[in-house]
Amino acid sequence: MAKNILLVDDEPNIVLSLEFLMKRVGYGVQIAADGDAALEAVKQQRPDLILLDVSLPKRDGFNVCQTIRANPEWNDIRIIMLTAKGRDVEYEKGLALGADDYVTKPFATQEVVDKVRAMLGDDT
Amino acid sequence: MLRDSVILLVGFAYLGVLFGIAYFGDKRADAHRSIISNPYIFTLSIAVYCTAWTFYGSVGRAANSGVGFLPIYLGPTLMAALWWFLLRKIIRIAKTQRITSIADFIGSRYGKSAMLGGLVAVIAVVGIMPYISLQLKAISTSYIVLQNYPDLVMPYESSASALWEDTTLYVALLLAAFTILFGTRHIDATERHEGMVAAIAFESLVKLLAFLAVGVFVTFGLFSGPADLFTRAAAVPELASLMSFEGMSGGYASWLSLTFLSMMAIMFLPRQFQVAVVENVNEDHIRKAAWLFPLYLLIINLFVLPIALGGHLLFPSHTFSVDPDTYVLTVPMAERQEGLTLFVFLGGLSAATGMVIVATIALSTMVCNDLVMPVLLRIKALALTERKDVSSLLLGIRRGTIIVVLLLGYLYFRLIGESYALVTIGLVSFAAAAQFAPAILLGIFWKGASRRGAMAGLSTGFVVWAYTLLLPGFAKSGWLPVDFVEQGLFGIELLKPYALFGLTGLDPIAHAVFWSMLVNVGLLIGVSLFSRQSAIEQIQAAFFVDAFRTSNQEGQARFWHGSTTVSDLKGLVGRFMGAARANAEFATYARRRGVDLDEQGSADPGLVNFAERVLAGAIGAASARVMVSSVVKGEALSIEGVMQILDETSQVMEYSRQLEQKSRELEAATAELRAANKRLQELDRMKDEFVSTVSHELRTPLTSIRAFSEILRSDPDLPKHKRQEFLEIVVKETERLTRLINQVLDLAKIEARHVEWHMEDVDLRQIIEDAVAAVSQLFNERKVALKSQLPPVAAIVNADRDRMIQVVINLLSNAAKFCEPKLGRVEVSLVANQDKLRVAVVDNGPGIPSDQAKHIFEKFHQVADQQMSKPRGTGLGLAITKLIVEHHGGKIWVESTLGQGSKFLFLLPALQTIAARAASSRNH
Repeated sequence: MAKNILLVDDEPNIVLSLEFLMKRVGYGVQIAADGDAALEAVKQQRPDLILLDVSLPKRDGFNVCQTIRANPEWNDIRIIMLTAKGRDVEYEKGLALGADDYVTKPFATQEVVDKVRAMLGDDT
Repeated sequence: MLRDSVILLVGFAYLGVLFGIAYFGDKRADAHRSIISNPYIFTLSIAVYCTAWTFYGSVGRAANSGVGFLPIYLGPTLMAALWWFLLRKIIRIAKTQRITSIADFIGSRYGKSAMLGGLVAVIAVVGIMPYISLQLKAISTSYIVLQNYPDLVMPYESSASALWEDTTLYVALLLAAFTILFGTRHIDATERHEGMVAAIAFESLVKLLAFLAVGVFVTFGLFSGPADLFTRAAAVPELASLMSFEGMSGGYASWLSLTFLSMMAIMFLPRQFQVAVVENVNEDHIRKAAWLFPLYLLIINLFVLPIALGGHLLFPSHTFSVDPDTYVLTVPMAERQEGLTLFVFLGGLSAATGMVIVATIALSTMVCNDLVMPVLLRIKALALTERKDVSSLLLGIRRGTIIVVLLLGYLYFRLIGESYALVTIGLVSFAAAAQFAPAILLGIFWKGASRRGAMAGLSTGFVVWAYTLLLPGFAKSGWLPVDFVEQGLFGIELLKPYALFGLTGLDPIAHAVFWSMLVNVGLLIGVSLFSRQSAIEQIQAAFFVDAFRTSNQEGQARFWHGSTTVSDLKGLVGRFMGAARANAEFATYARRRGVDLDEQGSADPGLVNFAERVLAGAIGAASARVMVSSVVKGEALSIEGVMQILDETSQVMEYSRQLEQKSRELEAATAELRAANKRLQELDRMKDEFVSTVSHELRTPLTSIRAFSEILRSDPDLPKHKRQEFLEIVVKETERLTRLINQVLDLAKIEARHVEWHMEDVDLRQIIEDAVAAVSQLFNERKVALKSQLPPVAAIVNADRDRMIQVVINLLSNAAKFCEPKLGRVEVSLVANQDKLRVAVVDNGPGIPSDQAKHIFEKFHQVADQQMSKPRGTGLGLAITKLIVEHHGGKIWVESTLGQGSKFLFLLPALQTIAARAASSRNH
């Protein structure tokens, strides 16, 4: 069964590009444009991995990450944070809150794809 | 029949009793069992205020002007209410500084100035002279009246006597001898005279009882009670007026000045200062005295009016010529009351001698300590500092002074006495004593009062007093040409002593009080404000003003720099006070400090300071300073040395003042720096925030561009429509990026004021039309309707045309972006009212939540929860718009309800409408 990826970002074009990239390598994709929608989507259908933007309306990425990690059932969902604020603090904070990896915007598409595949154990 | 011998016998016997009391008082004091240490004796001693003037003069004044005698007692009553606050402070100061007289007090306050002390002594002697003559006159008058008993003979009928036949001269000499025995028996010449105080208190009791006895005799003996007396007096027209306030001469100014004078007199007459301050044993006594003394005054005044009225009724002015000043004596005489008459004579004698004794002792201390000693100390030929025993010299000076003062009083009596009533003579002295008030009162509450200010105020006040009161008196008696009184000095009208500078309508006393106090207070304050104080002045000022705060004297010790030995100091004190007394004082000091002085070779500053204070008790502060400085410096007599120390101290104080100044400046600078640093940090934080936000905003479109570029590159086989869609996104995001960069630069330029504004008078209608034209393409694309409503007349503003167009375009394109296609309606309107032009852009878009409305003009603020499909702005457009509007002196805001569209408005100041222009051009 195809693994499922949740894309969380409020920039439609970035979501579009990530969706294209993920689908191209064969993953199922869900989309959420803000923090609340992201948690809702996780409840609806538990994803294997979340690409999570930090700056989101309503509930920011850190909060979403923390909330997911607080639930033992969701413990093994992999989380990769995306941020356009390239400061070290954000990076540290994301990891401290339980993110598995961190990608800075603008990203190299191949790198993101490789990271996702590696994390899901799909690299060949 | 009262013969001379009887009168003299009774008189001398009475003086003998007084002497006995004084002797007893001194003996008890030496045994440290004071008989005067209670509030009642203290109050009675203050009652030395009531002199022969009260005893005889009040009735005289009441007989002439009714209740006019009252202000003299009203003043002290008012002052007594302030005693706890005022007198206690003065006493506290006097005790810690060992003040010996009022001259010493003033001199000491203003930097232990010998000059000022001397001036006060001179003023006191000259000023009190009339007062003493008044007492002499009273005693001799009463004696002469009594001699002729039972005939009523007025003294002026027999006044043409030769000098050696003049009773008054003998009275004066007798009193001098008596005072010398009283006040200067002691070898140790210290400041306190317990025996004298006891005798004075006794005298106050005697005069009170004598006066009451006459009063009771008149009221209940001659008439049947006060009701009867007043009814009968009211029947006589000329007496009726005495019982009402209408009969008062001089009006309110007179009452006011008399009340003021007597308020000052009760505190600052040298004899009042002596009994109330110098002789005070315990400052707690003030509490009781503050109501007991007014009570004493009330009682002694109870029968003034009845005696005056009774006298008038008894001696109608057309049948008898009896001086009302003698009613107290003559009424009992006329009724042949021998015993009562003699008692009254003793009462009057008490009143007069009490005043003379205390006043002359006070004056002699003053003259000796503050006038003669400082001068003698400066005459090196006398080598006074070398003399073994100076205490006998001190007593000699004091005794001489007593004789001189009494003879001066007698002289004044011979020259002037006959031409004045008792009361007026007394008031002249009151006015002189009042001159001390500003220097003392300001001196104990205002540190800024300076020696130069006090000198200027006192001396000028004294000169004005002499010119307006003393000299006219001499002129009236024929000892000076009367011209200057009647025509003014040198014939200058403005210098008339009773109408100085054209001030008329006041009686001479009120007039003199007004001018002398005006120049006195004025100069004291004025000169003090503009003169610098020396170091010692500042030290003394602090001790006086902060009397209740700094009870210890250690602070003064820092003044002494040099060194001396204990034995030298003891020797010095011994020369003035006797070796035994000096030993005792030093032993007390050693015991209190717990030190053994015999072991100490050199004296510490505390001991030097102590010696100075002990010495000050004997010879006054100024002289004591000079004496101690001579020993401490180890030189014969070094005023220069003292001056040098003063200079050094003032230099040190100057340095420390400069240092303080510098450190204050530094503190201020530090505070400023700290504030600036905080502002910088805040700016830094804001800049950091801005950079981070800009970076975020730049990275977002870059992310899409890079992602799709890489997709397009790595996937050449993409279907054509996908390829087209992705390329479209890349182009759009690139445009967004460009716009963002432009706006960031634009904003930065406006904020940094690097923008050039091309201000000109433009028609706002034209600007709106241009903007509408520019956005019409956008509106067409988005299928949003745009309407504009503009007024028919031009709306002129002074503005940068392109920037204003930018503003309107920004608002319009924002509106277009947020409206639904096809349903969207946007309207731009312009309203001109008075001096403001208002532009409104209304849309029917989604509206803005009210909590966001305020922040919408902030940088990078974007309204949250927009639908994903909405095109995003840069977040800088409204921030720039706001900056532009505000630069034009305008204001921008938004009114919006969620779901019902938004209304953006801005106001600009209108320059002039075409209509107004046209109107004004027609008028010209």
